[in-house]
Amino acid sequence: MNQPLLKCEHVDFGYENYDVVKDVSMEIMPGDYLCIVGENGSGKSTLMKGLLGLLKPTGGTITVIDELKKSGIGYLPQQTPAQKDFPATVEEVVISGCLGKRGNRPFYTQAEKRIAAVNMEKLGVSGLAKSCYRDLSGGQKQRTLIARALCATDKLLILDEPITGLDPSTTQDFYHVIRSLNRREHVAVLMVSHDVQNIVTQANKILHLQQTVQFYGPVDEYRNSACGKKFLGGVD
Amino acid sequence: MAVLAEMLSYPFIVRALIGGLCISLCASLLGVSLVLKRYSMIGDGLSHVSFGALSVAVAFGWAPLAVSIPVVVVAAVLLLRITGNGKIKSDAAIAMISAGSLAVGIIVTSLTTGMTTDVSSYMFGSILAMSREDVYLSIGLSVIVLGMFVFCYNKVFAVTFDESFAKATGVNVSAYNMIIAVLTAVTIVLGMRMMGAMLISSLVIFPALTSMRIFKSFRGVMISSGIVSVVCFFVGLVMSYLYSIPAGASVVVVNMAAFGLFFAVQLIRQRG
Repeated sequence: MNQPLLKCEHVDFGYENYDVVKDVSMEIMPGDYLCIVGENGSGKSTLMKGLLGLLKPTGGTITVIDELKKSGIGYLPQQTPAQKDFPATVEEVVISGCLGKRGNRPFYTQAEKRIAAVNMEKLGVSGLAKSCYRDLSGGQKQRTLIARALCATDKLLILDEPITGLDPSTTQDFYHVIRSLNRREHVAVLMVSHDVQNIVTQANKILHLQQTVQFYGPVDEYRNSACGKKFLGGVD
Repeated sequence: MAVLAEMLSYPFIVRALIGGLCISLCASLLGVSLVLKRYSMIGDGLSHVSFGALSVAVAFGWAPLAVSIPVVVVAAVLLLRITGNGKIKSDAAIAMISAGSLAVGIIVTSLTTGMTTDVSSYMFGSILAMSREDVYLSIGLSVIVLGMFVFCYNKVFAVTFDESFAKATGVNVSAYNMIIAVLTAVTIVLGMRMMGAMLISSLVIFPALTSMRIFKSFRGVMISSGIVSVVCFFVGLVMSYLYSIPAGASVVVVNMAAFGLFFAVQLIRQRG
């Protein structure tokens, strides 16, 4: 059980001739809440794309446990403009998370419909099952997409700048949802975010990226580290 | 009814009807995905490429379909590639390719045959354009498109809704994009000569937009688009026969009317 879900050893990622991210070593254990922080252009998004398998590493190795290889990783991408007026019900969006596990069978099974129902329940969007995705509020959309990600796997959730465009109270609500998934359901969480001030109260591990890894370790140590202090500014 | 019987006594109208129904069905299903992915103009761009290819084929006396299908398929793949790279924005890329191929078509035509009826019917469509071979091809095409949308419906949904998530869960996104582009290309080439290069893109765009006024689920929009498109084509063709107007334009006008109707229903619903 105590095998890392995902492990990077000296991984480099880049486009064409230059590396955007160099020499990253990290691992995600079951139940971890890891946050990748860094400035704009520090390679956070590139690293995340690499972890998702959307980008091939130019060096080093990434090891993913078999279970995640099969189901794919639960991923909450940034919302695209195209989704703003997309005609689809919450149910349709959530169940599309089951797609990775099913290979080439054309239709969803009863079991998959149940998984979707359970996850909608968990995130409190069951009442919206037949509502149209485009009519939802920002927070409800986010919950729907998390439910979809959980349909792919309940082991690891990867979130890309999840709070962009959410208002403060929705943001707190969102952190609450993630924390309870992490604590109660033991979903490992990997989040890429700008929101350092909130992150240090949420995550248990931090990876500070600036092309290379500046800091990797528990939150408490991060607060006292040189780069942590600088990045957090006034907060002690 | 009498009008219908009279219409169907002309073999060329029967061909136009069967071929047209198949093509409008394909165009509307593919259209839902294209419109939602912000590729609405791809139909327009490809029809201009198809016009260029056809004019060249006519000028040199080659078989029109054998030349234009591969050319347009290549253009479709190229358009997707350019947009995928993100170096040129998709709207700009489409505008560039469509104007470019239109220009080539016009030059080749004026240097060789001049603007014959053949070429002008490519621009605005002709009901006489459907040959027996075209009809068979459109039936084959719609079988493939329907098959894809029935058996890969969930993947089409995932790829349309959220490419990055679909990729992360292991769906071969670029393959699906490619298949959609190729099928769109073939649909456009087959439909273009009847609908006209200037009008064919409406078959792709209108039914999807119309259905999105009322339906809230992806499945609902898909099914409604298919039905709306087929009905509009049929009504348009009958009108074109009754009032002796070009079939392509008449189908587009009926589609516009359907859009207006659905839009009105949406407004009434929001009020009530």
